[in-house]
Amino acid sequence: MNTTPTQNYFNEMHADNGAVRDIYQRYARWLAELPDGTLERKSVEAELLFRRLGITFAVYGEEAGAERLIPFDIVPRIFGAAEWQRLELGIKQRVRALNAFLHDIYHDREIIKAGVISAHQVLDNALYRPEMQGVDLPNQVYAHIAGIDLVRVAENDFYVLEDNLRTPSGVSYMLENRKTMMRLFPELFASHTVEPVEHYPQMLLDTLREAAPSHIADPVIVVMTPGSYNSAYFEHAFLASQMGVELVEGQDLFVHQQRVYMHTTEGPQQVHVIYRRVDDDFLDPLVFRADSTLGVPGLLDAYCSGNVALANGIGTGVADDKSTYLYVPDMIRFYLGEAPLLSNVPTWRLSESEDLKYVLAHLPELVVKEVQGSGGYGMLVGPTSSKAEIEAYRQRILTMPANFIAQPTLALSTCPTMVDAGVAPRHVDLRPFVLSGKEIRLVPGGLTRVALSEGSLVVNSSQGGGTKDTWVLED
Amino acid sequence: MLSRTADNLFWMARHIERAENTARVLDVAHRTSLLPLDIEGTEAYLWYAPLNITGCAAGYEVKYGLARADAVTRYMALDPDNPASIYTCLRLARENARAVRGAITSEMWEVINATWLELNRLSRHMDYEKFPDYFDWVKDRSHLFRGVTLGTIQKDIALSFIKLGTFLERADNTARILDVKYHILLPSVHDVGGAADYYQWGSLLRSVSAFEAYRKIYRDVISPLRVAELLILRDDMPRSLHACMNEVEAALIDINGSSGREARRRAGEQHAALHFGRIEDVFKQGLHEYLTGFLAHTDLLGREIRDAYLARRDRFGAMPLRSAEQVQKVS
Repeated sequence: MNTTPTQNYFNEMHADNGAVRDIYQRYARWLAELPDGTLERKSVEAELLFRRLGITFAVYGEEAGAERLIPFDIVPRIFGAAEWQRLELGIKQRVRALNAFLHDIYHDREIIKAGVISAHQVLDNALYRPEMQGVDLPNQVYAHIAGIDLVRVAENDFYVLEDNLRTPSGVSYMLENRKTMMRLFPELFASHTVEPVEHYPQMLLDTLREAAPSHIADPVIVVMTPGSYNSAYFEHAFLASQMGVELVEGQDLFVHQQRVYMHTTEGPQQVHVIYRRVDDDFLDPLVFRADSTLGVPGLLDAYCSGNVALANGIGTGVADDKSTYLYVPDMIRFYLGEAPLLSNVPTWRLSESEDLKYVLAHLPELVVKEVQGSGGYGMLVGPTSSKAEIEAYRQRILTMPANFIAQPTLALSTCPTMVDAGVAPRHVDLRPFVLSGKEIRLVPGGLTRVALSEGSLVVNSSQGGGTKDTWVLED
Repeated sequence: MLSRTADNLFWMARHIERAENTARVLDVAHRTSLLPLDIEGTEAYLWYAPLNITGCAAGYEVKYGLARADAVTRYMALDPDNPASIYTCLRLARENARAVRGAITSEMWEVINATWLELNRLSRHMDYEKFPDYFDWVKDRSHLFRGVTLGTIQKDIALSFIKLGTFLERADNTARILDVKYHILLPSVHDVGGAADYYQWGSLLRSVSAFEAYRKIYRDVISPLRVAELLILRDDMPRSLHACMNEVEAALIDINGSSGREARRRAGEQHAALHFGRIEDVFKQGLHEYLTGFLAHTDLLGREIRDAYLARRDRFGAMPLRSAEQVQKVS
């Protein structure tokens, strides 16, 4: 049974008449001249490379410690420089507004007073952290590292699918994908002027330095991981070593008189900035989950006293929650006085009875998500789901409609991708990584995720998606 | 350096070294089993040695009973349930390495990771005749790891903790091999110079890569006294107790720090005893008694090192911090 939607998808390499788009011309010529079997051979080589380097992730629910590779696709996704510059402006604008929103709701709440967003939406949100009320952060930045997920539906139409302001991951794949491509196809990089991404770790380090408490001249920075069984552990270790800072676990840190120290072979050493990849809930057992063994007792107290910086800050989840997402265009207008450059996906709120009625009547066409879900877990993709799956999901919705939002099934653009049958179009999205310190920085491109099964629209690695190298080329 | 990082580096190195030593012990047992040995219950007698050296005789007996060549080899080479098997050592080495990927070079990580991946491609039911190749492979991977380490890592205290783990483990192992082997070989000590004896002692020397050196240094029949001298007191033998303690003491001096005073004192004391010791005195005391004493000292030294550097000290009892404050109050 083929329930693949029959819309016309935007193919990023080929125009509707089959002609190769300008930006892919040179690559297509190279591809056409490639001897048979070369791509297959290089694909195998790439996989060996990734496995040997141990670039793996763990999948929750599988045997403890099981490691898998995220499939790497060796056909690059290409953007033109002008196209990218437009995207970049929109992404920066969005992140600026999101940080302004976070500062505002944890201080004077002007946006609530102005009636743009309700007090209920903010203050009753499970991810709102009352502990953060009135806490001043350097540069008023809360989300130092943001991942903004974008999908393309037409030549000039991009939508923001979601904002990731807590602990977005995937940047190590962006960097390793580029390294692998350069190793496999040096000739492509000689013939194309690809914008570099390799300086990301330096930009991250600069951003973390700027996040330090303002009285610290030469801050000690660490990356904090939940441990080697976390699905993104490879990335935590990778970023720490690329920046030349310590990779710590909660058990390596302790708080003494509102200052954070790490246990070293020479005794305790004070830490000033923690790039933490541990969720809010687990950070401090004295304040949040008491059963957490991943955190540091007293960390929140030290943080609120201004003796240590956390990146990202505590309480950013209230701004990337899927029900708050709806208000981001309003935030841009409210804080920046600008028109949003990137659009939101039209979204139905199932807490509203009109929306709920419509959605329940159209489930087979829609995508339904949990408001606080992430990673592609627990969502319904109507067009590719069976009747039974749709009915089961309907029951879930009815028990707590306010926990869900629905969106039309987007016609995600496709990119040529190496699959068993050869090179074929597959759906992709894009996650650029946005760094906010004294200024907002990002490297050109980001992580392209690709749904490897034919017709699939779910690109998450936890759901069998792969990744591609993303090129921004001079036009 | 983070205490946990130091701990992982130390144990990464120890487990690699332990895997190599276990391969050496099993290899020599294999070679010995090919020789005629005129005592009762030869097989069990011979194959208890590797179990005793690695301290896993009890676990083995529960599972298999009497020591048999095939079962002991499998149990110690590939059994994931044996906490002292080569398989487990290589797994733990990788786990420790994985926890400190940022503190080791990517080349070191790749050697350890590739070793682990290759190990898992090997069949658990390897043909018995294939084991000598397997032991060679384990030794090769260990040599490769050490070479890659020295060739790529920065000479800072990370390397010192790696050396500390390597040489403490090696000292421990050489002492055990000598002790256990000495007992097995005792029945033929009166027969010094006999052909069987020559092979017995020869295989012991080969297990610690010291056969050629023995020939070169002594140019004479193999005698227990000289074997013991070579493996205990000669500081130019890379696996002798003296050479190992040279490295341990040097590593501790490089690491230094305010908290390791007792560890440095112990290492220095043990090193001095080897430096100025005479083999005649060792034998006067009794080789077994001497080696037992050495192992006890090494164990204490290991504990000192753990307490001084590797353990996360109690959250509120972090001594250096408190004393720093007291100094500030006075001034």
